[in-house]
Amino acid sequence: MTNKNNKALLKVDGLVKHFPITRGIFRREVGSINAVDGISFEIQEGETLGLVGESGCGKSTAGRVILQLIPATAGNVFFKGRDLTSLNMEELRKQRQQMQMIFQDPQDSLNPRMTVGSIISEPILEHKNFQAKERRELVEQLLISVGMNPRFTNRYPHEFSGGQRQRIGIARALALSPDFIICDEPIAALDVSIQAQVINLLEDLQEKYGLTYLFISHDLSMIRHIANRVAVMYLGRIVELASSQVLYSTPLHPYTQALLSAVPMHDPKMERKRKRTILVGDVPSPADPPSGCHFSTRCPRAEDRCFKDSPEWREVSQGHQVACHLV
Amino acid sequence: MSNQSTILQVENISTRFHTQDGLVHAVNGISFELKKGELLGVVGESGSGKSVTMMSLLKLLPMPPAEIVSGTASFEGQDLIQLDLDELRKVRGGKIGFIFQDPMTSLNPVLKIGYQLAEPLREHMGMSRKKARQRSAELLDLVGIPMAENRLNDFPHQFSGGMRQRVMIAMALACDPKVLIADEPTTALDVTIQAQIIDIVKKLRKELGMAIIWITHDLGVVAGIADRVAVMYGGYIVEEGPVEELYSNPKHPYTQGLLKTLPNLEGERAARLESIEGQPPNLHKKPTSCPFAPRCTHTMDRCRRENPVLIKRKENHKVACWWNPE
Repeated sequence: MTNKNNKALLKVDGLVKHFPITRGIFRREVGSINAVDGISFEIQEGETLGLVGESGCGKSTAGRVILQLIPATAGNVFFKGRDLTSLNMEELRKQRQQMQMIFQDPQDSLNPRMTVGSIISEPILEHKNFQAKERRELVEQLLISVGMNPRFTNRYPHEFSGGQRQRIGIARALALSPDFIICDEPIAALDVSIQAQVINLLEDLQEKYGLTYLFISHDLSMIRHIANRVAVMYLGRIVELASSQVLYSTPLHPYTQALLSAVPMHDPKMERKRKRTILVGDVPSPADPPSGCHFSTRCPRAEDRCFKDSPEWREVSQGHQVACHLV
Repeated sequence: MSNQSTILQVENISTRFHTQDGLVHAVNGISFELKKGELLGVVGESGSGKSVTMMSLLKLLPMPPAEIVSGTASFEGQDLIQLDLDELRKVRGGKIGFIFQDPMTSLNPVLKIGYQLAEPLREHMGMSRKKARQRSAELLDLVGIPMAENRLNDFPHQFSGGMRQRVMIAMALACDPKVLIADEPTTALDVTIQAQIIDIVKKLRKELGMAIIWITHDLGVVAGIADRVAVMYGGYIVEEGPVEELYSNPKHPYTQGLLKTLPNLEGERAARLESIEGQPPNLHKKPTSCPFAPRCTHTMDRCRRENPVLIKRKENHKVACWWNPE
């Protein structure tokens, strides 16, 4: 938000992740789950890119592959111009100092047997050559910056509520002063009244440290609030990408339109007036995606060619990209 | 809506849990009524007591650790709380249907859908096997499951999440309930599937005319379907009123805060979200003060001394708060 000189910090190019389905004692490959099926986008320095989609669309897998936590099947990820997919383990380990992740469930992503202090200082121990005193000071500073009491360092994760645990997770992600953070559903496990606290914290930190976020979520209202640009994913592919302003006011892809119309609004008068596009059926299995456009089986406007040809990913207006035959 | 007759009248329900860490005061003297054919939305965060309240009515909680300390729930001339298990069984799944949050864990994985659907029909309605099967197929059809007849022979794992929740609804509707209690029925589902389920419930309500209690944490879901909304916090109903009134003119600081923290899908984008500071209430503490007082921006001395009672501020609009600027 602060930096608008249009420098791509991260460039994802044709990223593919297929998980093999194996059978028999020789683990013969009989098929694959196409979790991420060729996605491309850029994230500018200092901006927040929202990645939305329903469960199983591959958005979390995309996040993991971008950080190379799991290897990509095909495609490249450039971070500051460097291709992450070509790095060896040691180079990658160094690179990861600048790229961190905040996970969905602060219950599962913090080791219950480690104190808050040791959780936050673990990345520092791993990557930096700090004295014990320096380290302790840094941990206290980090706790303060995420709005927690620095005296909590000797406590354990179970002593905290969900919102506080998520703050600990954020402090850990900040420990190495990264440039880029992937937030994977960071508020999905939190209560409504706590969600706003965490979102505000993430925005404050972005402002303060000039962070770049990839914000993965299924919550369209929250994405609208936090993201500068939004990419909508469906069954492994990005179907539409635009600035958040444009995407929410003039969505072009039938899936984006249906998704937006399905989100309940907290205003009874508006709810009564709204026209809903109710999609029929369920999301097809990523092990056996429909031929042609992945959305063709549920699309209310699908034509013959939608079932045959994959729609091209193209720019329809400045910064507004969409993959649909009918646009 | 006000001159309709009451079908369920709940008075002063209190439920607590005996745990290793001591008493948990989950529900603290809740009263509400449900009118015939009405949809009451019960909104609250986790731990606010919304599910425990409804489960207490039908004694669906394991006792111990749960203990219903006080309260009455009159339904068709009898007090549900006083019923013994045999009598309760006739009500549960019969006149009062229940839909649970997670359709995966609330269906038996080793029994065919057809069997699970027919069970209440034979139990409560005394139908023959053949007739129950026929009715089961009709029910699946009613909730929009294609090829209903064939799917009776499928097991739960052969259904998707949305389809399973439809089966749950069909099951709850099996015996023409007068009251349907839906506990976060769409929380585990994706938005597009949620929209399908809400659509079905709206349709069924028109056709069958039962009263519904819809428990949720999502203020958006309730806005679109409820007639009346009760907001819960820390084991209390803190505000209750007709849906439009409550959303356009919230009186309790918690309701006000909650509505303000939500980002919009349309209109101006707020530069910053308003947040409710602090942490959820500690339910171990004996409830002797307003549960929201530590997080409230209008706290007065009285709020820390005395627990506010739910009082009528306006026609049908009740609030439990000492702060009253009007």
